[in-house]
Amino acid sequence: MHKFWIAATSAVLATFAAPVAQAQAAQPIELKGDVKLDKLVVENGHDKHVMIEPKVVVPGDKLVFATAYRNTGSAAVNNFVVTNPIPAGVMLAAEGAPSADVSVDGGKTWGKLVSLTVAGAGGTKRPAQSSDVTHVRWTLAVVAAGASGTVSYRAVVR
Amino acid sequence: MTKQLSSRAITRTFALVTLGAVLAPGTAHATGVTAGTLIQNTASATYTSGASGGTVTSNTVSIKVDELLNVAVAGLTTTPATAGQTSAVLEYSITNTGNGPEAFNVTVNPAVAGNAFDATVQTVVVDSNGNGTYEPGVDQILATGAATPVIAADGSLKIFVIVGLPAGAGDGQTSQVRLTADAATGTGTAGTVFAAQGDGGGDAVVGTSTASGNANDTLVASLATVALTKSALVADPFGGTQPVPGAVVTYTLTAAVSGTGQASGLHVTDVIPVGTTYQPGTLTLDAAALTDVTDTDAGQASSSGIDVDLGTVTGGTSKTVKFNVKIN
Repeated sequence: MHKFWIAATSAVLATFAAPVAQAQAAQPIELKGDVKLDKLVVENGHDKHVMIEPKVVVPGDKLVFATAYRNTGSAAVNNFVVTNPIPAGVMLAAEGAPSADVSVDGGKTWGKLVSLTVAGAGGTKRPAQSSDVTHVRWTLAVVAAGASGTVSYRAVVR
Repeated sequence: MTKQLSSRAITRTFALVTLGAVLAPGTAHATGVTAGTLIQNTASATYTSGASGGTVTSNTVSIKVDELLNVAVAGLTTTPATAGQTSAVLEYSITNTGNGPEAFNVTVNPAVAGNAFDATVQTVVVDSNGNGTYEPGVDQILATGAATPVIAADGSLKIFVIVGLPAGAGDGQTSQVRLTADAATGTGTAGTVFAAQGDGGGDAVVGTSTASGNANDTLVASLATVALTKSALVADPFGGTQPVPGAVVTYTLTAAVSGTGQASGLHVTDVIPVGTTYQPGTLTLDAAALTDVTDTDAGQASSSGIDVDLGTVTGGTSKTVKFNVKIN
């Protein structure tokens, strides 16, 4: 009796496991995150920005967080939305921020920075700044089968 | 920046390459995120595919924040401290403007270009209890070149430097005294990396301050000099001024104190010349009578001499002592 019960449990587990494995195999989209340090170097007397591996990072450094996506499936995907919470310790860089689709309330509401407000001193609202941004997102109507690309945002170490 | 991966790739990025961008206001921490903090970025995506949809999450990229070595030193003694017979206390502050706890090696150099004299550094003291006041015996003395206790990021420490005057310092002359604080981990040009020496397990990186700061405080010498002059006026019994037996001689002793400081413990003493006799009850200080006996007033006199205790006399004042003797 006891032995049978164990066998039955195994069978149940196997039944559940199979669809999960299938679902993962069926994911047609791959996301791959990366980060680079935007470093200002002087080359032949001219300032030059180079993207390097962030071996040493201190407050004020500029980082570029990139997420590469690829549709590995055989069909197009639609309503493709990449959402990226801004990690603690960095803030969205001011440059480029105005054109981004951002949230300043943890991803509840979205819009351009100029349209958003945050709670200021004394219960009043003040215009949101790039340092208030909690999330950024990118929306693509369609990603064709086999298509790939990269979304990225610039951040400054707080 | 991002790169197109294929001819069919769609690249969406809003990050423009703008040189010299200014940091946005509203940074949470004055000196930046604490050394050792992990910055972890993860993106996720949602999509629809036919009737179904899905969610996919990226790998997480992590960066550890390294320690930035920065320091600011300020001289807090804005009005020059005066030193005369007693020492003066100069005050400085060391602020850790880096992002990790750090100790700082302190050196004090009184040989600053332009000094009329170089102050004598007696002790360097840390405001151990943080009350802002120098308390001998309470606040910790720092050995020459020794490091301060660890100062937290954004924290400040007050340093007292006790200085005196060297021989040869002139009244009113000034001496600047420079305090330099160097990050104990190391100093160097901005960007210098001390591998694996950062707080929190990362590297330590020298910031724009070169991890070294200094400031000057000023000391002014306040000294007093005493000039004593003595004169005599003779009145003979015949209405003349001949120093004959029976003539009364009035001695006037003037102590003139000059300078910005004070002369303390100043006594005017004189002996009664041989062949003369002190006239009791004639001792005066600034025209006020003094008793001859040793008592609460400043003067005493006897047949052998006089002694007037002037105490502490401020520069710019004069004291006049007079007494009479009769020629035997």
